[in-house]
Amino acid sequence: MSVTNTENKPAPSPVEMIKVKVDGREIEVPKMMPDWQGKLQPTTMLQACNSVGIDVPHYCYHPKLPVVGNCRMCIMEFGTPVIGPDRKPVLNTDGTPKIARSVLPYEPSTPRGAIACATPVSPGMEIYPNSPATKQMRESVLESLLINHPLDCPICDQAGECKLQEYALEYGKSTSRFAETKVHKPKQVDLGPRIVLDNERCVLCTRCIRFTKDIIGDDVLGITHRGGHNTIATFPGTPFDNNYTLNTVDICPVGALTSKDFRFQMRVWFLKEAKSICASCATGCNIVVGSRENKVLRYEPRENEAVNSYWMCDSGRLNYKWINREDRITRLGGSRLKGETAWSSVLSDIVGVLSKAASGSVAIVASARQTNEELFLLKKLAVKYGAITDSVPRSDKGDAILLSTDRNPNSTGATLIGIAAAPMGSNLPKIAEGIRVGQIKTMVVFGEDLTQHGIGSDLLGKLETLIVSDILRNQTTALAHYLLPGCAHVEKRGSFVNVKGRVQRFTQAIDSKGNSRPEWEFLSEWVSLLGAPPCGVGVVANIESLFNQMAQETPGFAGLTWAQIGDAGMIAQVHS
Amino acid sequence: MPAFINGFKITIRHFFSKRVTMQYPEEKWTVPEGYRGAPYLVKDTENRVKCVSCQLCEFVCPPKAIRITPPGPEGLPGVGNVEKGPKEFEIDMLRCIFCGFCQEVCPEEAIFLMKTYSLNGQSRKEMVFNKEKLLALGGVHQDKIMKWKNK
Repeated sequence: MSVTNTENKPAPSPVEMIKVKVDGREIEVPKMMPDWQGKLQPTTMLQACNSVGIDVPHYCYHPKLPVVGNCRMCIMEFGTPVIGPDRKPVLNTDGTPKIARSVLPYEPSTPRGAIACATPVSPGMEIYPNSPATKQMRESVLESLLINHPLDCPICDQAGECKLQEYALEYGKSTSRFAETKVHKPKQVDLGPRIVLDNERCVLCTRCIRFTKDIIGDDVLGITHRGGHNTIATFPGTPFDNNYTLNTVDICPVGALTSKDFRFQMRVWFLKEAKSICASCATGCNIVVGSRENKVLRYEPRENEAVNSYWMCDSGRLNYKWINREDRITRLGGSRLKGETAWSSVLSDIVGVLSKAASGSVAIVASARQTNEELFLLKKLAVKYGAITDSVPRSDKGDAILLSTDRNPNSTGATLIGIAAAPMGSNLPKIAEGIRVGQIKTMVVFGEDLTQHGIGSDLLGKLETLIVSDILRNQTTALAHYLLPGCAHVEKRGSFVNVKGRVQRFTQAIDSKGNSRPEWEFLSEWVSLLGAPPCGVGVVANIESLFNQMAQETPGFAGLTWAQIGDAGMIAQVHS
Repeated sequence: MPAFINGFKITIRHFFSKRVTMQYPEEKWTVPEGYRGAPYLVKDTENRVKCVSCQLCEFVCPPKAIRITPPGPEGLPGVGNVEKGPKEFEIDMLRCIFCGFCQEVCPEEAIFLMKTYSLNGQSRKEMVFNKEKLLALGGVHQDKIMKWKNK
């Protein structure tokens, strides 16, 4: 398989800087900054504030969506230098430039704000993100947004991560001055197969409309009705059903758009969050796994500009339910095991059996859904036993946004480590033939049901020894002589290499089930039992040392360390 | 001797003053207003469960005695227009310290510390009160607020 590094960035060109004052602090910001599409546009007041760590409240602004400026929440007071008739700045008596605060033209005592998300900065400008006038203007904006908002927080799924709640705390009043009757809008509107809309909660920021129109190109959402009765709706007769609909739930700053899957499952403040990677395709979208009491409840995308920006697809996001399944393999098993057995005795049994296997009589099928560290250890076993190895390719229809045609999360890693044949899957018929003629007598299978990939039950039945590690039961695990319960990727740590050659690591979100163990753990014990511990004598195998050892021994990972990869990942040396 | 007489005076005085002890358990103590007894769930006057499963009491409970199972996306059967309610609501009365935080935090006024001060059971399991039991013990809250009436 030829993989090329496609993440080449152009060299940065020198940028023109301008001086502005934010909150009394003089700073330098670039004159132009990338907008949502990455095109250079004049730097806005919001970007200037963000660059010095000042948070600007906003609902409609999103760094990856077009700026519309309709929520008015980021409104702030500012001032510009006064220019005299000689086109030179007018100076105060102390020599500092004179600043004219923005005021209403017909009422100079009233400050006039501008929305920070759409107002470009100019040289010498002063921005007052925390001035009393700014605060007052925001309070008014928020009061207006809350006029028709229902008191739904106790039943709203957004509670706890709701911008309206957060800003109401900072800029809200404790009571409402609104004496009239609230406008009631449709609630629990079915927008599509995965989305429920509550129109009363909506603040009409139009993030969802812009996302589906400008990012996905499926322009089905819009606003209908007038004035206070404005509602988000789909085009009549068209359900909101593309593979990216659930991103609108993430970007909805309030609880208007909710996910049918996560609806009323758990209040978000109970969720334990772990940084992880989506394992449903080779794109490797960065995610946050939300779990409570060892049950995965949701995946959410995590920002990574080099991979998935702020988004992920619905099919990947909802592909977690199998982790919580009751029929997971949680105990050591297989036909050669009698009664309750400990891991250590099973591993030494396996090592004993395999020590008698002749070179060339062993085949190892690793899964490209496994982590680099596990594949590295399997490769060590393959070298030791002189085994023929391969992985199972898995492809399906992709799209131009995020979904890759390669549905294995770590095909690139399997290729780099050399456990997969070139091209991947080309050794599988050879293994099948080897079993048929009786040359291959022992097989080690990790995470794949070979009966679905050309090595049927009849062939697997002919093997003298079949060692299988898997998560869910299938026809291959049913035939296993030794069955080793493994872990889902959210139950362990490790790293994947995505389709663009980016090495990304993921952390453990939940505990392993029953007696199952992370594959890298028991594989390193297995390798150690053969006399040469994987990370060198005296070093306890942990994921950091395994990765660093692999980086030393595998050319593709040269120069990388576990600590270096960080949350955003790093590019591996991928050769064509 | 004078000390003995003084002591005996006090004894005699108490002998004829009003009794402060009672014949518990035959005689039961009337608890004062605002007493913090066992927390129970209440229904509104139209027989709807007031709890909406917001889980704030579960969050605030210092001894982690409360455990709520949210309804999930399917919702609850036979509750009419009530959008959300608890699928299960358990309070472990052996863990409960009767602090009243749950009542204080409840945005729906669905849980109240009642006057029950003597809770007995023959097993630990029996002392975990479920939704059905809590609602039966809590009864109806006489209040005009009915969240779901006009939804």
